[in-house]
Amino acid sequence: MSGGAARILFLADWFFRERGIRQDVDLTYVTPLDGVFTKPVASKRLGELLAAKGISVVTEFNTGKVDGDAGKLVSFDDREVPFDLAVVVPLHGGAAYVSHSDGLGDELNFIPTDPQTLQSRVAANIFVIGDAAGLPVSKAGSVTHFEGEVLTENIRRFLAGEELDATYDGHANCFIETGFGKAVLIDFNYDTEPLPGHYPGPVGLPLLKESHLNHLGKLMFEWFYWHALLPGHSIPGISSEMPAAGKHHATAVHG
Amino acid sequence: MSVAALPLTDLALNEEGFFLHPEDWKEEMVPALAAREGITQLTDRHWQVIRFMRSEYFAKGTGPTVRVLGKTSGVSIKELYQLFPKGPAKVAARVAGIPKPRGCI
Repeated sequence: MSGGAARILFLADWFFRERGIRQDVDLTYVTPLDGVFTKPVASKRLGELLAAKGISVVTEFNTGKVDGDAGKLVSFDDREVPFDLAVVVPLHGGAAYVSHSDGLGDELNFIPTDPQTLQSRVAANIFVIGDAAGLPVSKAGSVTHFEGEVLTENIRRFLAGEELDATYDGHANCFIETGFGKAVLIDFNYDTEPLPGHYPGPVGLPLLKESHLNHLGKLMFEWFYWHALLPGHSIPGISSEMPAAGKHHATAVHG
Repeated sequence: MSVAALPLTDLALNEEGFFLHPEDWKEEMVPALAAREGITQLTDRHWQVIRFMRSEYFAKGTGPTVRVLGKTSGVSIKELYQLFPKGPAKVAARVAGIPKPRGCI
């Protein structure tokens, strides 16, 4: 489940409840994936949260057509979901300029990249970050930020003829606003799916759980974004590498 | 099921039915693997997708998603859904003996 899709649904739920007309509105999350998230623990927890808020889920639905006149989504295998208002995320790909250079990008214009060093697989002197990278990570700001540390170090090492630093671990995190002044925080990397617990350590913001504290964290992050991250300072306690302390290794079955 | 089909005993699969070891896969297993997905009539188009899935997996470390399949396999998404109903990328990956294609988050 993309963070953006989740936020729209949760905030719409909140909006219609505040208006007192939630019972008259059907909210449906339609996804090509086979669950609400790509990883089992988060899929289960977020699925429960959607269910608790009365948001329906339609899985394995690959939208082939949006029929605005008839008000329905039609999948490639001819299933239909009716709508009055559809918020549709188009097929995600890299930037168009990538396709102008033969052999630079893959079929979706993402650039094949070494997942640990961020060196491109196309040429040794090309390094890749953020939305350009063909890596199994979210195309999210936090990912780009965490990649940045390894990437700048590796460009320096490459120019100095040194061995590259192979430590980018796929670290990603994001706040998902769930309405009513609450938010869920998820934190994960290539190997560790989003788990419950706390971030960045055992005492910290609750993970994979709705809380007021996470909403405050989200608001605080806005300040940090403008006044710490953009000027190039780091946030104390937040590192490129995903912290393992504070995470509970639940499973989707027992969790 | 074809007479030449290999039985599927002792295959190491994960809980979702994907091969743990893609190298265990043999072409002779395909009719039985396909039958488990409800595909009783294997055509050249099925084979085209199955072979493409495997070559992509061994070249890139992950099987293609359905959108990528539609762009690169020579088979349209619409037809992919006819060949491998419900979830073409997942179903074709199971028949092709490769792990579940990684979707984006």
